[in-house]
Amino acid sequence: MVPLLGAFLASVLGWYRAKLAYTVTLASVGFSLAASVTVLVDVLRNGDVQYRLGGWAPPIGIEVAIDPLSAFVAVVVTAVALIVLVPSRQLMANELPAGGGGPYASVVLLLMAGLTGIIITGDLFNLFVFLEIASLAAYALVAVGGGKATVSGFRYLILGTIGGSFYLLGVGLIYFMTGTLNMADAARLLPEVQNTTTIVAAVVLITTGLGLKMALFPLHQWLPDAYAYAPSAVSALIAPIVTKVYAYALIRMYLSVFPPSYITDVLPISTVLVILGMTGIVFGSVMAFAQQDIRRMLAYSSISQLAFIALGIGLANSLALIGAVLHIMNHAVMKACLFLAVGSIRRQAGTASIPQLAGLGRRMPLTMGAFTVGALSMIGVPPSSGFFSKWYLIQGGIDASNWAAVAVILISSLLTAVYFFKVLEKIYFGIPEHSQNEAVNEAPAILVIPTWVFAIAMVALGVVNAFVVSGILDKAIGPNWGI
Amino acid sequence: MPYTSWIPFAAVAVPFLVTVPIVLSSRRPNLRETWTIAAAFATVGLVVSMLPGVLDGNIPELKLFQISPAIPFTLRADPLGLFFALISSSLWLLTSFYSIGYMRGHHEHKQTRYYASFAITMAAAVGLAFSANLLTFLIFFEIMTFATYPLVIHRETPEAIAGGRKYLAYTMVGGLALLGATAWTYSLVGTLDFRPGGILTLDIPAAQHWGLFLLFCLGVGVKAGVMPFHSWLPTAMVAPTPVSALLHAVAVVKAGVFGFLRVIGFVFGTSVLLDSGAWQVLAILASITIVVGSLLALGQDHLKRRLAYSTISHLSYIVLGAALLGTTAWMGAVLHLAAHAIMKITLFFCAGAINVKTHRTLVSEMDGVGRQMPITMGAFALASIGMAGLPPIIGFTSKWHLALGVTEAGYPIFMAFLLISGLLNMAYLFPIVYRAFMIRSPHFTRFDEASWFMVIPLALTGIFSLVLGIVPNVPLQLFRLAATIAASVTGGGG
Repeated sequence: MVPLLGAFLASVLGWYRAKLAYTVTLASVGFSLAASVTVLVDVLRNGDVQYRLGGWAPPIGIEVAIDPLSAFVAVVVTAVALIVLVPSRQLMANELPAGGGGPYASVVLLLMAGLTGIIITGDLFNLFVFLEIASLAAYALVAVGGGKATVSGFRYLILGTIGGSFYLLGVGLIYFMTGTLNMADAARLLPEVQNTTTIVAAVVLITTGLGLKMALFPLHQWLPDAYAYAPSAVSALIAPIVTKVYAYALIRMYLSVFPPSYITDVLPISTVLVILGMTGIVFGSVMAFAQQDIRRMLAYSSISQLAFIALGIGLANSLALIGAVLHIMNHAVMKACLFLAVGSIRRQAGTASIPQLAGLGRRMPLTMGAFTVGALSMIGVPPSSGFFSKWYLIQGGIDASNWAAVAVILISSLLTAVYFFKVLEKIYFGIPEHSQNEAVNEAPAILVIPTWVFAIAMVALGVVNAFVVSGILDKAIGPNWGI
Repeated sequence: MPYTSWIPFAAVAVPFLVTVPIVLSSRRPNLRETWTIAAAFATVGLVVSMLPGVLDGNIPELKLFQISPAIPFTLRADPLGLFFALISSSLWLLTSFYSIGYMRGHHEHKQTRYYASFAITMAAAVGLAFSANLLTFLIFFEIMTFATYPLVIHRETPEAIAGGRKYLAYTMVGGLALLGATAWTYSLVGTLDFRPGGILTLDIPAAQHWGLFLLFCLGVGVKAGVMPFHSWLPTAMVAPTPVSALLHAVAVVKAGVFGFLRVIGFVFGTSVLLDSGAWQVLAILASITIVVGSLLALGQDHLKRRLAYSTISHLSYIVLGAALLGTTAWMGAVLHLAAHAIMKITLFFCAGAINVKTHRTLVSEMDGVGRQMPITMGAFALASIGMAGLPPIIGFTSKWHLALGVTEAGYPIFMAFLLISGLLNMAYLFPIVYRAFMIRSPHFTRFDEASWFMVIPLALTGIFSLVLGIVPNVPLQLFRLAATIAASVTGGGG
């Protein structure tokens, strides 16, 4: 447990050492990953871990609570971040004027501290604090890009703050009714007051707030610009993990704070999530098809994929929830791969416009190969990991007898194929205008290797998904989710 | 009795792994083609080595790992799987030789991508054959869809890319329907194992039963070219001829048909389908496809497109046989799987050879070509006779059993479809033979065959279709195997 906190200390250290910033960042995220893996193993063997900050007992003091679910998400987030950070210096140096990298490294550490904090905390207000740390860091990272990125960072800031405030209001209402901020404690006390308007309002506020943060359709407006104009090293970091952590926070609320029956019976939250999820999947895919900039296309694709996770939560049975959590992992890996590939393309070819990608398949075979693997996994071609999250989601849909959801999940594969094949055809069979890409070369190994690590991970995670599911996710979800 | 063996796995792994040396030796074409042929020989060897055991009832299987909790990734060489693997791997071997002649004769580009995709597709075909449950099957089914795409768009012309899009759109819809059906089946019965006689039981509500069956029909029906899901197949003829020959006559479309056999015989089970009557829908669709496919073939002047429509029609013979649920009909269906494969690959090989040598693609340009290429057109003639279902070619044996099966099932109406289509087969194939041999043309006067790489494979398949027609148990015991399959599925004596 303690090592995780050590990672936060390292982050503060990193702040003061601008020169060694990248090294310190890598080292502390690496340390954080090692800690998360240790904790995951520990939690799986010995059960949940609690740690009282400052030694105060839970209802008063702040508690860190780790169960298999949070340990799993922590491993995913730190692992993906670590691999993305490896080539980030090369990417930043390429897109920003000299000296722009210093703040990047330390802000990344802040972001990571915030995200891990959200994952492991057992306290509602503490979660808000980490939420704000992570969000502020993310706004700053987006705005580093300058120009349009500053504007989109600002927009992200405004909408993100609104989301944060909603969440805080909800937490305030819970505190008002139960007198506690500890999650376990609140979960114990909430059933007594569950039918009061105040708590109903709290649930709605928290859901909306976190929905905004995770870019749940129709609260997604901040996302496309933020991803598209941020530096590649930033979008490759933010796109895979940040929204996923908020999705995790939402799952955590439903699993550990609110009484389960509440989500389905008292309020139609699960129905709302299912409908928004279904609409979001279709909307994101259609919008993705309409984009001319590959980063915007990936951004809309993220909206669609996050809607999958929301749908999985909303279907409210363990299979669907396993699908949702698995998709958190799979989508993190896929998006990291795709955004890194786009980063390489921008570095080598200086463009992110889809029509100008023509012929790059020949010039950058390795990068494009990884991009293709990523695309196929997004579509859900077995045995890639993308297939299996859909497999569980579909089973969940069937279990819930929600045939419309099953149909949407199936059709979404087709829609995803449509917009990815639009790009792939261009890359491999497009004829370049005025030989613009003739001189483009393959990206350097420091970019290609991390991209391929993700590409291989996608297939590997697909093949071993049964271990992940029965070894970790069943323990994380099975007992808590008995609707 | 099932016993654990690595052979089925090796038969899948060899063609899959050979893509690595193929890609690595892309600058040395001779070495690259050697790899392909070595892998093809190895695969055939592995598959054939299991034959004697399987005939004695010893079924090799290998549980590799869990794909999903409670669903293992299992490869099992049961008689039907082995039958399909035998056909696809041995024809892959011949096609590998043929490809060399064709691709070099045409100076095609990107041959490395071609051979690599080809090998993956074959790995998927063998994997599909040996899949012991629906989820494993689905995985190979989808790998096959995407591995074939680079072969369809090989020429990279706008026409080829459009064809590729259409191919993907159709087959992906099929794959997704199959995925839905698989998940549905799992939630109904909690297992996905292929078992002779089926895993679904009679207590499933009728609406679910029908819905599931139709979803399965869509899932495997797209690849099998059953109308109205057939139109990708003629479009996909833009691919190089060896691709059309093996994939669009054997591996891909037969994967769809094979899927029908698995779904009908091993998921639903014949007694359940007989009880619900859902088979009638499929039998009627298949009958319509048989006749309409033949009619459309008659109207094509482009030789490969004519053969494509003929494929559509013949695939539905197999589907019809399986849908009739009787032992003899099943026997005919399984035999026709082999018969059509070997006859149609011969026809495609011939079309490709003519194309490489004379650059002609239209039936109306074939006048007198038999004078220049007598071996090619001889093989074409043999296969044509078989396609029409006349003895002594293998096509007669399979159609004879199909016809008996129709009578046995007690629906003589289907016999009419078979007869009409048989006549149409003659009408769209025999004139080509007639033109080639009987009409003289100043362009073709002296003997000048295509490369031996092409002529020998096509002569071999032509001869085999004759040999199998006379002694169907030589050389691979196909007849015995078919009888075993039919008996196990329908629970009756051969």
